[in-house]
Amino acid sequence: MGRKLLLENDHIEGIHSYELYRKNGGYRSVEKALKTMTPDAVVEEVKKSGLRGRGGAGFPTGMKWSFLAKPEGVPRYLVCNADESEPGTFKDRYLMERIPHLLIEGMITSSYALGANTGYIYVRGEYFYIIKILEKAISEAYANGWLGKNILGTGYNLDMHVQCGAGAYICGEETALLESLEGKRGNPRIKPPFPAVKGLWECPTVVNNVETIAAVVPIVNDGGEAYAAIGIGKSTGTKLISASGHIKKPGVYEIELGISVEEFIYSDEYCGGILNDKKLKAVVAGGSSVPILPADLILKTANGEKRLMTYESLADGGFAAGTMLGSGGFIVMDESTSIVKNLHTFARFYHHESCGQCSPCREGTGWMEKILHKILDGHGTLADVDLLWDIQRKIEGNTICPLGDAAAWPVASAIRHFRSEFEAYVNNRQSIPDVKYYFHCNNLDAAAAYSSL
Amino acid sequence: MSDSKNISFTPESEALIKNLTKRYPEGKHKSALLPALHIAQAEHDGWLSVPVMDKVAELLNLQPIEVYEVASFYSMYNLKPVGKCLIEVCRTSSCWLRGAEDVVKHIEKRLGIKDGETTADGKYTLKTVECLGSCGTAPMLQIGQTFHENLTLDKVDKILEEWKDATNHSTYLNTDTFRKI
Amino acid sequence: MAKVTIDGITIEVADGTTILQAARMIGPDVAPPTMCYYSKLKTSGGYCRTCLVEVSKGSEKDPRPMPKLVASCRTAVMDGMEVKNTTSEKVYDARAGVVEFLLLNHPLDCPVCDQAGECHLQDLSYEHGNYKTRTEFERRTFEKIDIGEKIQLHMTRCILCYRCVKTAEQITDGRVHGVINRGDHAEISTYVQQAIDNDFSGNVIDVCPVGALTDKTFRFKSRVWFTKPMYAHRNCDKCSGKVALWYKGEDVLRVTGRKDQWGEVEEFICNTCRFDKKQTSDWVIEGPAPINRHSVISANKYAQLVKPKEFTLNDIKAITE
Repeated sequence: MGRKLLLENDHIEGIHSYELYRKNGGYRSVEKALKTMTPDAVVEEVKKSGLRGRGGAGFPTGMKWSFLAKPEGVPRYLVCNADESEPGTFKDRYLMERIPHLLIEGMITSSYALGANTGYIYVRGEYFYIIKILEKAISEAYANGWLGKNILGTGYNLDMHVQCGAGAYICGEETALLESLEGKRGNPRIKPPFPAVKGLWECPTVVNNVETIAAVVPIVNDGGEAYAAIGIGKSTGTKLISASGHIKKPGVYEIELGISVEEFIYSDEYCGGILNDKKLKAVVAGGSSVPILPADLILKTANGEKRLMTYESLADGGFAAGTMLGSGGFIVMDESTSIVKNLHTFARFYHHESCGQCSPCREGTGWMEKILHKILDGHGTLADVDLLWDIQRKIEGNTICPLGDAAAWPVASAIRHFRSEFEAYVNNRQSIPDVKYYFHCNNLDAAAAYSSL
Repeated sequence: MSDSKNISFTPESEALIKNLTKRYPEGKHKSALLPALHIAQAEHDGWLSVPVMDKVAELLNLQPIEVYEVASFYSMYNLKPVGKCLIEVCRTSSCWLRGAEDVVKHIEKRLGIKDGETTADGKYTLKTVECLGSCGTAPMLQIGQTFHENLTLDKVDKILEEWKDATNHSTYLNTDTFRKI
Repeated sequence: MAKVTIDGITIEVADGTTILQAARMIGPDVAPPTMCYYSKLKTSGGYCRTCLVEVSKGSEKDPRPMPKLVASCRTAVMDGMEVKNTTSEKVYDARAGVVEFLLLNHPLDCPVCDQAGECHLQDLSYEHGNYKTRTEFERRTFEKIDIGEKIQLHMTRCILCYRCVKTAEQITDGRVHGVINRGDHAEISTYVQQAIDNDFSGNVIDVCPVGALTDKTFRFKSRVWFTKPMYAHRNCDKCSGKVALWYKGEDVLRVTGRKDQWGEVEEFICNTCRFDKKQTSDWVIEGPAPINRHSVISANKYAQLVKPKEFTLNDIKAITE
């Protein structure tokens, strides 16, 4: 069994309540930080831990914190990005629903480290029942002296509020989130300036994902070094993975970074293998935005090494033969899956979610969806496949925010790895061609046998 | 400008909207717009008419266009009337992999409406939506704030049945969703 | 001060200058085209992606190239920065993509569009676009909307540059003009079709790079290349009164702001000057407005009729041999 840091007490019935959370060691990090550490010392621990942003980008959190501008007399803000909307990702929802106080505790400790006296948790509107849970948890934290004025008699003041979204994937982009929090359309800002200098209401702001903020709790409790001892290389600690699709046991799993992809898919501790013991065809490893990989490439890198659940190993091979850990939205597809159809659901998603500010994304996402629709309807041509490739190429890297890239990568990778499937649609008007990409690996043994080939 | 004079909010809602503005620094009350629109929608049959939006603008001391811009940007605000039961079925990858299309087809057949339409009796509206973060419990649909997960067609039938005689619109929030300061 | 090199030409500019401004200082040959940036409008730019350039050297301190193309209108120069615009294939490739995206939902009916001849999108696609469209899908269309008595909005032609929104924001406190909906459904609107009640509202016509916002007092009166722009001024208590009058014969068909070589108005003018002063007697005429020789408008002003050469049999022989 891998170690669990965030979901350690997940099995305790009623851990969402303040009493049980506190009884099981909750809010220790606040006591430790406020009473025995300077804010800079907390930042230092986070740096030592090697913690990387868990929302998708994987930027080192300690470094992000150290960029925060600290002009005199200007308030600073910590904003929690709980706008979880990356298809395939539902770990933040799980965490907030099951152990809301872990997020509140992380917010308090982090706010102290950053010198922020107000914190906001921006929750996507669709999670309204979560908002209620968080609001209750915040009330409890106020009532027990963890929020408000002069916390623990240290003179540190902190207010915390939940902010609701209203249905917009783009608000997961940090500057769009800030715009939305200011009561505006969720249009990403043009950077620079970055939020660390000019964020919420033009004040220095740090925006961190739910899981990132929660991870600060064990880091402060046990020290950055202990956290960094878990994992491999620059992928330290644990990560929540949202597993979905054609697997026996979908759900949220906390893994030690560094376990193999194979183990994650096939072991009973995690996904439990492919649903109905079918063959594995492809995996989207880090949420809809990251490149899709066929079975052989997700289990082993192009060099034949075992693919691991780390930022580096998943990215091994670049975009030609690798992918990204992203938000940890792990979508598994069995042999019956039509890659083109799945891609259409992604393309439709990005088309629906484009904010419309910059032209490549606004126009390109819709164009790609229409072409995919045409191909699925049996009216596509080979030229359409090339056109799709060209459109994604012209969107990638040319937009204001990463949504353009996120829309382009799934298209690029699907064509790169499954071109014959597109061609089959175009030529034979049939959905599932005989694909040579995947291998028969129903269980660990079979996968191991394959790995030794 | 539309006639927002005939639009009224309950005193509780108005008080709540005012209370929400306390969460932000002086002069940054615009931040309360998103929650205020949710409150307005919940109180006015699940959708935002122009007069309702104008009323929100008035309550928050904003220009009406600022409200329209925001209301039309976010997918949870309905700018047209909806049925009592607004069924939102997720259709993105993970849900699609686990049979979301069948769920949609089933509802369409049962209610005799297409995606985006409302039944003639004004009871149900069907809307397909993008990923709701319920991928591990797919397929799923949302009605108001409730996630109905691990759907089977039987389950869908039962859910629809529950809403048969509904007198109120489904809403995303309860009166006690927001903490008062 | 910062030294920046654009397409091999070095210039020294003040700190904080954008790449685009620096390029414009060098001259039109290296200045990237713009569709949304407007130097007179605060916070404009960044949206259309037409002005993307390659930064092949970040600065003297950090010489690494920037990983992506950057919007030159929103990126400040650094000392020692090297930029490629006309010398970068990547830029031309991306720009061709941008033109294609902008035209994807834009009607290709220039012959019936009132903006033809002074349309920035027309110029841009002529220089950077493809001769052939690759889309086969129906284009997005909208009904025409009147914004007050004098301005017409035809969203079908809009490329969402946000210039009119920024103009409306800057000329008035009580904004009624904005962008509604999202993604490729986004549209410029007053939502309830409200007039922009402001003395300077007509400037949204001048800033519009395409034929989305047009002057109803001029619509379909004449093709622009049959009109002759003259600079003129009058004493006006609201604006500078410095305008361009567009003549056809003796008649003033329309009044606009004076546009510089980048197609931007020099000063915003008021609605009285724009819509209500259409007699020569209202104005002090200064002389012909400078017009770029490449502009079709100059055809009427500068082109001289050249009698085609008559070919003789000997000429033809000379060519064929």
